[in-house]
Amino acid sequence: MTRNPSLVKNPDLDNWLAFTLDGRVRVQIGKVDIGQKISTAVLRIAADELDLEPGRIQIMHPDTIDGPDEGMTSGSNSIEEAGNAVRLAAATARMRLLTLAAAKLGVELDDLEVTDGTVCARATNRSISYWELMGGKRFDCPIELNVRSKTASKMLIIGQHTPARDIKNIVTGAHAFVHDMMVDGMLHGRPIRPPHIHARLKDLDGTTVRAVRRDGIEVVSDGSFLAVAGTDEFAVIKAAQRLATAATWDASQNLDAHDIYQQLITNRRVSLPVVNGTPKDGPLPRVTTLPEDAKATHSATFEKPYIMHGSIGPSAAMAISKNGDLEIWTHSQGIYLLRAALAEAFSIPVERLRIHHRPGAGCYGHNGADDAAVDAAIVARALPDRPVLLKWTREDEHAWEPYGPAMVLQLSGTVDKNGTICAWSHETYSDTHVMRPRPGVPGLGPSRLMPVKFLANPAMEIDPEPNRAHHGGIHRNLEPLYRIEEPRLVKHLVRDLPLRTSALRTLGAYANVFALECFLDELAELAEEDPIDLRRRHLDDPRAWACIEAVAHRIGNLDKAPQDCGRGLGFAQYKNTKAYAAVAVELMVDQTSRVHLHRAILAGDAGQVVDPVGLKAQLEGGFIQAASWTLYEEVAFDPNGITSRNWESYPIIGFDNIPEIETILLDRPGAPFLGAGEAVCGPTGAAIVNAVRRATGVSARRLPLTPDNLRRAALG
Amino acid sequence: MPEYMLTVNGQTRRVDCGPDTPLIHVLRNNLGLKGTKLGCGLEQCGACAVLVDGEARLTCVTSASNFEDREIVTIEGLARNGTVSRVQQAFIDEAAAQCGYCTPGMIIAITALLDWTPRPTRAQILDALTGHLCRCGSHARILAATQRLVRED
Repeated sequence: MTRNPSLVKNPDLDNWLAFTLDGRVRVQIGKVDIGQKISTAVLRIAADELDLEPGRIQIMHPDTIDGPDEGMTSGSNSIEEAGNAVRLAAATARMRLLTLAAAKLGVELDDLEVTDGTVCARATNRSISYWELMGGKRFDCPIELNVRSKTASKMLIIGQHTPARDIKNIVTGAHAFVHDMMVDGMLHGRPIRPPHIHARLKDLDGTTVRAVRRDGIEVVSDGSFLAVAGTDEFAVIKAAQRLATAATWDASQNLDAHDIYQQLITNRRVSLPVVNGTPKDGPLPRVTTLPEDAKATHSATFEKPYIMHGSIGPSAAMAISKNGDLEIWTHSQGIYLLRAALAEAFSIPVERLRIHHRPGAGCYGHNGADDAAVDAAIVARALPDRPVLLKWTREDEHAWEPYGPAMVLQLSGTVDKNGTICAWSHETYSDTHVMRPRPGVPGLGPSRLMPVKFLANPAMEIDPEPNRAHHGGIHRNLEPLYRIEEPRLVKHLVRDLPLRTSALRTLGAYANVFALECFLDELAELAEEDPIDLRRRHLDDPRAWACIEAVAHRIGNLDKAPQDCGRGLGFAQYKNTKAYAAVAVELMVDQTSRVHLHRAILAGDAGQVVDPVGLKAQLEGGFIQAASWTLYEEVAFDPNGITSRNWESYPIIGFDNIPEIETILLDRPGAPFLGAGEAVCGPTGAAIVNAVRRATGVSARRLPLTPDNLRRAALG
Repeated sequence: MPEYMLTVNGQTRRVDCGPDTPLIHVLRNNLGLKGTKLGCGLEQCGACAVLVDGEARLTCVTSASNFEDREIVTIEGLARNGTVSRVQQAFIDEAAAQCGYCTPGMIIAITALLDWTPRPTRAQILDALTGHLCRCGSHARILAATQRLVRED
């Protein structure tokens, strides 16, 4: 396995595990649980490795004071990073404990067995518990990277299903979200936003401000930042609405609402060739000369609009400022990065800031969480010693979260006379997918905290640099997994686009895979090749083919769908190195051009399965969310601002279009654990669009597949 | 502030709140029942549903003053003596929640459905869940949990 950044940064065993005197084990990780049940998976890994009943293990909330800094919870990396770190930490602990026990009991290591934390010498039947061995002390040693951990066949808990650790609290209403915090003297807060990101406060009617204050509501203003706070939540909501009417905004610079797909291909940009999944400097590769006797040559352009994370619970955070110390409770996915950026924004030492993670509604990437924490912090600093629980409204979340970027994908390809893909070009145009408050040049972190842009002393604007990581942002899954000689791959980081964007589940992979897998089907059809066989002949990895074969077998012959229906398929290995997923769907397009999903078959290979039900739920959730993007979602805006401001103006999938879903897990005992929250999204988009093409004969290359877009595509 | 008498989870409680304060804020802030979730404040997402005289009702717009003399049951009121209700158990058995923010509203909707219609058709199930949004994509599991109860009935 490649080096695990979580272990490189946090090598001390005591940072991860503690045997507390109450006969329990505290496990501290730096990845946050956002509904993907990482804490359940980690708990199972630790229990298995230590031979403990899972009930003895507590997974703590991540916090910037205790426990390991694991950076960002993103990219489907948690099970690989936190999961493997805890596995090695637990294996190291176990080895140390067994060594101590062997000495105490006077036997060899091999004579010991462990049952729920009690180490027993087989020959003498004498025993001693982990906690007696530890005596409340620390390990004071690093995690051993080469420690012998359990082999797959010895694992008793991994691979079996037990209910997720938080599910009982979720169903009884006891699961505490940050929104549910309640402490003495607490104020409720609400921000008041301008019409859009470029608008600045021109005037605030003093009479209204005084009237609001007379009602016992605090008004916090700093430059163009406005918020209210008070003890009665509904009074605060009404005060925010009232104050919004008292503000006049200078909106001389509006949003550029011209055709976004034109802007994407004509605006200034940074263009980089991508080789083996990694952007390089240097000239863009030439277009390949095509053989004269090629069976088919094809080119097509695919388009994906801005989409939103759309958390069901608008973002929220609690903050208190006391004696210059700032303490924040947030559902941010990166509490350490947020702390660094906030400390820089407020010019306070990082040690004076403590950030705790608390659950929020599912976020699927960089949503409003961090910005709501900044809002709460600004209000708390203005009202010291008073805890402030600040919440965004539905409208705030819809209009102010950083969106998943709009993208244009231009593909061309050729199949030679032997049925081999002999030329391939894929160029992707997009804004950045990576605007989290990561450290970098001075001012970079603060510039990515939205509320800081509105302060009297605002953050400067800094253009993002192109992400050069392997399968990073725009170019995630740009490189086909298929064996194609010297594919021509280009990423274009486009500047001056109208909306603020950042990380949304899969980054560029959803659109790249959607385009690639649809294009492949179109190319196969032109070349009169079977699309599944064309894939098989261009895949070297048997695990990849196993996924495709599994869904192809279950969905049935692609060309023999029931009347008025279509079947389609899509596949990808996430980042070409992580989990594999294939999706096949059967759907119907009705007379009004509405798409009805009937069946879906998902196949996933995420290495060794830690929790089969948790893994299935992740794959299904990814499928349903991506189906929603594909069929319904597009952030609408005009020069005066975002017009998708609630669930009516930004519809998402509902119960009326959920197909029958069959999920196949391809378990690989002994293979590394892989995250699966994102793998299925790109294949889902492709499977749906490919099925619509087979059902209607229409290649719908602009998402979402609304009746309007489908009719437009039918007209060519 | 005016006072209202609300019967919630079998107990009648006096609450002080403005005449226009939506029920959800009273449940959460005055009565400390945080299980009911505010999702949109626009009656568009279903997260704030509670049982009112046995029917699922949204609480994010209608003021608390409209609920006097009604029997309100929130998600906290479904379990009996620490034993979860059969709908809650079905959600556990089907792993029908990821982040859990929409879950209380979903459980309330299904509880009301099955109380009135023990053997609902698929169309009736879909109808009961219309207007309940889930972003994690637990829909298929929520439907499976409901169908499990119909089968068991």
